Amino acid sequence: MFCRYQKTDELFKRLITVFVVGMIKIHPSTRFKRSLRMYMDHAAAAPMDKRVKKAMEPYWTENFGNPNAIYKEGLIARNAVETAREDIAKILGARAKEIIFTNGGTESDNLAILGIAREAKQNFSRFTLPRNGAGSDASQNFASLPLLVPHIITTKFEHHAVLNSCKRLEKEGFEVTYLDVGKEGVINPKDVAKALRPETILVSIMYANNEIGTVQPIREIAKAIRDFKKKGVIGVAKQNFSRFTLPRNGAGSDASQNFASPRLSAAFPLFHTDACQAPGYLDINVERLGVDLMTINGSKIYGPKGIGLLYAKNGIKLEPLLYGGEQERKLRPGTENVPAIAGLAEALKIADQDREKESMRLVKLRDYFINRLLGEIPKTVLNGHSAERLPNNINVSILDAEGESIVLYLDEAGVACSTGSACTSESLEPSHVILAIGKPHAYAHGAMRFSLGRSTTKKDIDYVMKVLPDIIKKLRMFSPVNIKI
Amino acid sequence: MADVDKWVYSSVVKDHFMRPRGFLLGEPKEGEFDSYGEVGSLACGDIIKVWIKVDKETDKIKDFKWQTWGCATAIASASAFAEMIMKNNGMKVEEAMNIKPKDIADYLGGLPARKFHCSILADKAFKKAVENYGNKK
Repeated sequence: MFCRYQKTDELFKRLITVFVVGMIKIHPSTRFKRSLRMYMDHAAAAPMDKRVKKAMEPYWTENFGNPNAIYKEGLIARNAVETAREDIAKILGARAKEIIFTNGGTESDNLAILGIAREAKQNFSRFTLPRNGAGSDASQNFASLPLLVPHIITTKFEHHAVLNSCKRLEKEGFEVTYLDVGKEGVINPKDVAKALRPETILVSIMYANNEIGTVQPIREIAKAIRDFKKKGVIGVAKQNFSRFTLPRNGAGSDASQNFASPRLSAAFPLFHTDACQAPGYLDINVERLGVDLMTINGSKIYGPKGIGLLYAKNGIKLEPLLYGGEQERKLRPGTENVPAIAGLAEALKIADQDREKESMRLVKLRDYFINRLLGEIPKTVLNGHSAERLPNNINVSILDAEGESIVLYLDEAGVACSTGSACTSESLEPSHVILAIGKPHAYAHGAMRFSLGRSTTKKDIDYVMKVLPDIIKKLRMFSPVNIKI
Repeated sequence: MADVDKWVYSSVVKDHFMRPRGFLLGEPKEGEFDSYGEVGSLACGDIIKVWIKVDKETDKIKDFKWQTWGCATAIASASAFAEMIMKNNGMKVEEAMNIKPKDIADYLGGLPARKFHCSILADKAFKKAVENYGNKK
């Protein structure tokens, strides 16, 4: 080297140049370099917002107290938890005491569904018990009633946290109706109305589907349930429930007291929605939505993982999943996750502030992306309604190529996204969502989800559209499949 | 620290998946192969089709080509199988018939357990091709 560069300063200049060029190459702000990632799986996990991290910061080592302690450290922690609860309640249009903190969306869904069902069963069980020799006034009345099996309504394309909770309840003797979701992946409120029965205790329908992003008409469904309840009190349900709802002066038996509660007929069916994908883009005011229970979690909204909440309207009784201390009104025992709770509140605040602006920005990018995918890659079809969908969700089936292969080729090219293919699931089952919208298995195996986020720009999409068509060409080159659309 | 550069499958699987060898481009020409075999289904998510040309004198496989629609391991195992049987100018049919899924998995440096049954289909497609070849003879 010294032979080529006679002067030391020339070598120095050269070294500086190499260094600067090298820095540009590896600096994260330089786009389209191999080392840089295009993250397009925000529906799976969103990067935690720096403001959220800051809001959590004081509650790790500095204010570490147990919120249940009565001395100063405890009070500081308690204040953090209750302030977060109030802030969240304000955003949801709820009361602070209606917010139950959990460890995430799955737990909230489980608590809502299993909690409502197991609590309600305590009332229902008296119907199904053999009544030999039961002498109470109430039981004699009920002996003539038909056997009622508590009933739940949900949909075929719910998140597994809801579906598998319902399947568990079927094993426990509950009846579950899994509603069809139609070709566009949007529930018809009339189908909900038709499925309602006097013994329906719960309807659980997601706000926005996590795979195809379709937004469900939650308000209309809530109205259908309200209408049913109104009709039910004076109509059908009266035949079954009238004995429960009448005040029973002087009835002293245990059973009659349970049944005397008007809640059984008036409150049921309750309406739960899993809104994990919603807060960044949709109205999550529980009053306006008309829901009784709502699931939200942290990691999908740029908050921390391992935190979620269940909104449960005042007066709703739940059987807890866990038993322990008296935290969260005994519905979720265990020392509160103080930093994560503070983080969840901050994440929701930011989501609430940015909702409109970010939605408008992403809708444009979403439609641009979808148009390019459908236009530039042959044999590609959109999954789910084109407009009634989350601003950040793109889900297409790319035929004659398989999803896991596409994900891995894209990963090599620096793009992170997900697929409905069976290959990536532990169970080796393809996406139940794509099957639920009536598409054949091959469409599920080739289903690709790109979920955009706050960092996504048009350039990112252009980059994907630069690499993806060639990847598909390559995979189709050695594919023996030729599906007719 | 976990190795972040480590791939979800072995480096050999990755190599065969990213640079698959021995596949057939387009449709086979008339008389190019003696027979073919196909296994898998659209429902399962993996389909593999293989073509063979056999030297009638020596019973050696003169040519073997494949096409695969499926996950990374399905593609990689087809590519690996092609490489295994075409080594040293082609294996004898009888010898190639003895290749078991485990041999392919070992050749690939191991596969996740759940991938083993569903995605190693090359050997089965090959056996079908040989069966078809036998019927033709």
